[in-house]
Amino acid sequence: MKLKDKDIVSVEDLSKGDISKILETTKKIDEGDLKADMSGKVLANVFFEPSTRTRLSFETAMKRLGGDVISLNSTQASSISKGESLADTVRVLEGYSDVIVLRHPKEGAPKMASQFVEKPVINAGDGSNEHPTQTLTDLYTIWSEKGSIDGLKIAILGDLKYGRTVHSLVQPLVEYDIQLYLVSPSQLSIRRSILEDLGKKSGEVIQKASIEEIIDKLDVLYVTRIQEERFADKEEYEKVSGSYEINKELLDQADDDLIVMHPLPRIDEISPEVDGLKQSKYFDQSKNGVKIRMALLELILGDNDGKRT
Amino acid sequence: MEKELRVRPIKNGTVIDHLTAGLALKVVKILGIDETIKEVVSIVMNVSSESMGKKDIVKVENRELNSDEVDKISLIAPKATINIIRDHEIVEKHRVSLPDTVEEFIECPNSKCITNTNEPIKSKFKVINEKEVKLKCEYCQRTIKGEITGYIKKP
Ligand SMILES: [Zn+2]
Repeated sequence: MKLKDKDIVSVEDLSKGDISKILETTKKIDEGDLKADMSGKVLANVFFEPSTRTRLSFETAMKRLGGDVISLNSTQASSISKGESLADTVRVLEGYSDVIVLRHPKEGAPKMASQFVEKPVINAGDGSNEHPTQTLTDLYTIWSEKGSIDGLKIAILGDLKYGRTVHSLVQPLVEYDIQLYLVSPSQLSIRRSILEDLGKKSGEVIQKASIEEIIDKLDVLYVTRIQEERFADKEEYEKVSGSYEINKELLDQADDDLIVMHPLPRIDEISPEVDGLKQSKYFDQSKNGVKIRMALLELILGDNDGKRT
Repeated sequence: MEKELRVRPIKNGTVIDHLTAGLALKVVKILGIDETIKEVVSIVMNVSSESMGKKDIVKVENRELNSDEVDKISLIAPKATINIIRDHEIVEKHRVSLPDTVEEFIECPNSKCITNTNEPIKSKFKVINEKEVKLKCEYCQRTIKGEITGYIKKP
């Protein structure tokens, strides 16, 4: 299916073929093969809540392709929309731009926006619902480091109950033939309804309470934050967070080819001593975010459908 | 047909039959039938039925249910049949069937959902028909299952 003019609202809307095309295009960009020319095109960054990294990542991506960017930061966005509906705001902004990148605290806001405008809308995060460009970045990092996703043993560790990153990532991952270990303290384990959905897909899903017993089998370890506010008392939090810290000692038991990922920012779930190890990939992951966004812009706005001659 | 005699046949209106026992009051509620209604409404509960053991029946006189109302009923009573009566004759008789999506009359339970704002959109849910009926918000992706009646907007 062609991605030209398509909205990127949810990873669920993308077929496995779409995802492959996005990953392949990202790889070409990663290898320095820049085909798309966005000169004369304008991206509108519309952020109703602050997220500097995501905003800059889209801005960098568009500028590297020769395009222009207009930005509404969160203060401007809320003042422009005072009394005005989001549906109206995006219809006005559509007149100024070729693609709208929207971050909004209300869940489903990008989906709604896409129904009111003709130009493509990219979801840059809607509440705790979706953040598809983050998810695609994660998939690309795994795929490019490992050469494929099928056959991998992947663990996701941390807050699996509330974490948006986790919910978005597990859905496309289980479409592949993988073993997925979900590792969390029991009070932060993944919701039953999500687990039931995952059970119907190709990937095998295994829940674990501790990382030690599986660390030696893993190809990918994806670490997320455990937030203190999820716990009733500090003591309980410290006990749990302590046992989920990734350090050199733990990684000594792991395969040399293991890759450690994290969506950043991290607090103390990965010890800084890990940064120097070749297994740490979280800064590469962050860099990949720009390339994924370049690939998406090429596929959505360009005329070559990702084809290189 | 003899069981129908517990309540007199109606001349014009709708008979909602084959409701699993206990559902009549819920059906009445989702149709917005309360003390302000002018039409004659008969509610029959726990009638014996060959196929269902016990069933409930609701008859609403001088009112033909529209397709939205039939959709609502299908969500909580997938076995129900709807008979439209005109001049004592059954002019339409059909089983309810689950729609693919339902719009507007279900309220998303997620307070952060864009449909719970002043934006000019209607709620929209995908109907997932598995062991039990589930609804998935097309906007925020929140799933509703179990007691769906509680999420139906007041008419
Ligand atoms: Zn919703």
